[in-house]
Amino acid sequence: MSGLIIIALIVLVFVIIYQIAKASEYATVLRGEAKVNRQTNRLMAWLLVVFFILGMYGVWECHRMLIDKMLPVSASEQGVGYDNMLKVTVIMTGIVFFATQALLFWFAFRYQSTEKRTSFFYAHNNKLELIWTTIPAIAMASLVAVGLKHWFAVTAPAPPDANIVEIIGKQFNWIVRYPGQDGALGKRDFRKINDANNVLGLDWTDRNNLDDIVAQNGEVHMVVNKPVKLIIGSRDVLHDVGMPHFRMKMDAVPGITTTLWLTPTITTAEMKRITKNPDFVYEISCAEMCGNGHYSMRGTIIVETQEEYDAWMAKQVPYHTLANGTPAGNATDNEGAETPEQQDTETISMR
Amino acid sequence: MSTNIVSDAASIAQAHHAGHHDHGHEHHEQHFIWKYIFSQDHKMIAKQFLVTGIIWAVIGGLMSVFFRLQLGFPDKTFPIMETFLGEWAKGGKLSPEFYYALVTMHGTILVFFVLTAGLSGTFANLLIPLQIGARDMASPFMNMLSYWMFFAASIVMFISLFVETGPASGGWTTYPPLSALKEASLGSGIGMDLWLISMALFVASSLLGGLNYISTILNMRTKGMSMTRMPLTIWALLFTAVLGVLSFPVLLSGFVLLIFDRTFGTSFYLSEIFIGGKALPHIGGSAILYQHLFWFLGHPEVYIIMLPGMGMASEILSTNSRKPIFGYFAMIISLVGITVLAFLVWAHHMFVTGMSPFLGSIFVLLTLLIAVPSAVKVFNWLTTMWRANIRFTVAMMFAIGFVSLFISGGLTGIFLGNSSLDLHLHDTYFVVAHFHIIMGISAFFGMFAGIYHWFPKMFGRYMNNTLGYIHFFITLAGAYLIFWPMHYEGIAGMPRRYYDYSAWESFNQFTSLNSFISVVVIIVFFTQFLFIVNFFMSMFWGRRVTTKNPWGATTLEWTTPINPGHGNWEGEIPTVHRWPYDYKDDGNGNDFIPQDVPLKPGEDAH
Repeated sequence: MSGLIIIALIVLVFVIIYQIAKASEYATVLRGEAKVNRQTNRLMAWLLVVFFILGMYGVWECHRMLIDKMLPVSASEQGVGYDNMLKVTVIMTGIVFFATQALLFWFAFRYQSTEKRTSFFYAHNNKLELIWTTIPAIAMASLVAVGLKHWFAVTAPAPPDANIVEIIGKQFNWIVRYPGQDGALGKRDFRKINDANNVLGLDWTDRNNLDDIVAQNGEVHMVVNKPVKLIIGSRDVLHDVGMPHFRMKMDAVPGITTTLWLTPTITTAEMKRITKNPDFVYEISCAEMCGNGHYSMRGTIIVETQEEYDAWMAKQVPYHTLANGTPAGNATDNEGAETPEQQDTETISMR
Repeated sequence: MSTNIVSDAASIAQAHHAGHHDHGHEHHEQHFIWKYIFSQDHKMIAKQFLVTGIIWAVIGGLMSVFFRLQLGFPDKTFPIMETFLGEWAKGGKLSPEFYYALVTMHGTILVFFVLTAGLSGTFANLLIPLQIGARDMASPFMNMLSYWMFFAASIVMFISLFVETGPASGGWTTYPPLSALKEASLGSGIGMDLWLISMALFVASSLLGGLNYISTILNMRTKGMSMTRMPLTIWALLFTAVLGVLSFPVLLSGFVLLIFDRTFGTSFYLSEIFIGGKALPHIGGSAILYQHLFWFLGHPEVYIIMLPGMGMASEILSTNSRKPIFGYFAMIISLVGITVLAFLVWAHHMFVTGMSPFLGSIFVLLTLLIAVPSAVKVFNWLTTMWRANIRFTVAMMFAIGFVSLFISGGLTGIFLGNSSLDLHLHDTYFVVAHFHIIMGISAFFGMFAGIYHWFPKMFGRYMNNTLGYIHFFITLAGAYLIFWPMHYEGIAGMPRRYYDYSAWESFNQFTSLNSFISVVVIIVFFTQFLFIVNFFMSMFWGRRVTTKNPWGATTLEWTTPINPGHGNWEGEIPTVHRWPYDYKDDGNGNDFIPQDVPLKPGEDAH
């Protein structure tokens, strides 16, 4: 009942607003339509100018307030190229933005209708058209050139000495696999997947699998200044390995293997200093809609020195040992890395 | 005077004459049902599309209010949401399932039902016959069918909102395998089936409409209306229809394969999937194939949304600048350029799917090429306003807003079209900001401009100006306040389609900004009711139009009676003698010469 009353009141308010606005219409007719229209016209021209000025101030204010919340300096070699390109593009489009918006609002104000003004019949000018076809074309060509240079650099095959890490998405966490001592990842078969003791469907007849290390907490370890190649896959639906601090992204597609390589240049510890944030962590955010838990599909990246990496690696137990060396019935299905405690465990405990 | 004006257009009138037999009357009264519901009059069908579009816009907009409440205030509860959404917002807190359903529906509704059907359905129907000098569409019956197919699609989509497992929730692009597998998400059950049925009906509606628009424009122009004398609205609507007719069937084929995968066990899009505790038998499909089929429509679709606005803005800018549109031919050529390129850029939505880098580079080149015809259009609009004599009608304000937003949204497209920037910006709020400004708000501004401008032709009354101006300024300022800061969030890497950011170390610094955006969203949403009240009340109580040509425009729709009947013109259809933008001294103190005025001796045709 109260809902109905509220709706009735709202309707009434709008009817009243309409009636007031309508009354102003009658007043217009009484005061002389032509005169009022001239006044309104002048008012609107002024309001557009005011809007433009306030808008430009808003742009400035917005920038001032948000610039500190942007990403820190790129943590990968590849990201530096992105940052430079972003800068070039912002400057280029920024100039066009200010120039065209200024012209738009200035023309609106400057050429508002007055009694003595008549418009200038100016229907076409091929020279002008040619100029403003050519200039954007050249500008675009240069952006394409810069962009593709970077694009081909980052999509080129990974250097042969790159570390290899496999990262597999599932609803809603990441599973990471390292090749172990032999440096080779063994075969996977989705038909062999079993959440109890073979989360990736590793084919145990493939000897390359026996020393592979699997981490179900979505934590990727990388060595600073050493290229790392990610082999990306998915167990169920589409996911995407989004690594904002490294300016990189690649889809995980079931049935298809995608790859991505990068060279991290700043360790997690150093980034904590740079950002003055002791809790800083490189995060992997899923960037392809994957279902209800999409927003919680989080992974992390630890960038460390070679020594730290080696020390960590030495502690890891191959998944084959973990999965088959202990009774499978006790295996826990660790669902993701949402909690800090889980992040601390380096590989999933199967005990 | 007989109003039985349909007599010389017998073919058009057949169907509705069959419905009743009152030829002898002075006033040819139609039964309510044939006049307002199963009407074959293009003007009535236009109004049907418009009103349905407005209803959908309110529903779709309200959804955005709900999910913005969640995004802006993730730790608060809003009991009012439980009133509206029941189980889905227990205790006033939106569930993730329904959050994703709302986002999906918001996108589907706004993109297809409002900005495709509601926009080009309205204005193609209203303006094509009136501006080219035809009594109706080539096939009024097919035209009626087009609306009713859309209505059926609407009903099915509306029903899907109420099914127990909720509507489709995999994003408006409904990528498989998420959308193909019931195990993957609640919304991929019956909700997704209904979504696919609704969209199939929608495609049929769109094709019926589009074919009609094209054949009407090509075949039914009045005497003297050569193609190069058509107003730019008609050119824009022609290319809109061409885009739709050529790309919607591809979308439908994508949907058919998806239906096969969902129900008949085929593997077009599915391969090597382990879900719900078991491995599925599908092998050899490609999830990426769907994306190619989807975006082959999906990209032209954004031009289907933009072109009508461009056409109407051109027309309104010229009329209210009292000055011809600058570079009429350049405008047509740029429309051709945009239309052709629209078909060649779809894979720029897929740079990070692992596609061949070489293929990616081709799509970068073609995508950035679109900036050229777009820039030409902007410069031509600006030059149209240069040394003009501008009247700020409400429609003109919205047309200026359209250009401003088109510039802002277009420039950010240059970022996303460049694959090496997309590598980081893909699926972040930068994308959300970009496409909302350009094909959301900008297209809406084109639509509002069109409604305020042609309302007198639709209903013989004016909309209220005061409310119009208020609506304009709040909406324009609000649009920038909402979407401008989102670019920053996107550059900071904040992914879209997240229900809650508070667990993320990298994105939780934007909490207060998100709240701010949500507050502005609510204000802007409720401001739209000023427009809706204005629209519906002015239909009945607006100031009456007293002259045939209230804006002093040159095009043919303003030569019809104030309230044109079915058939549009009493007596002969006017003959066209000149191009549509002759805004110059006619020698009698007027600053325009309508298209049906013969050339004076010695006067050059344009």
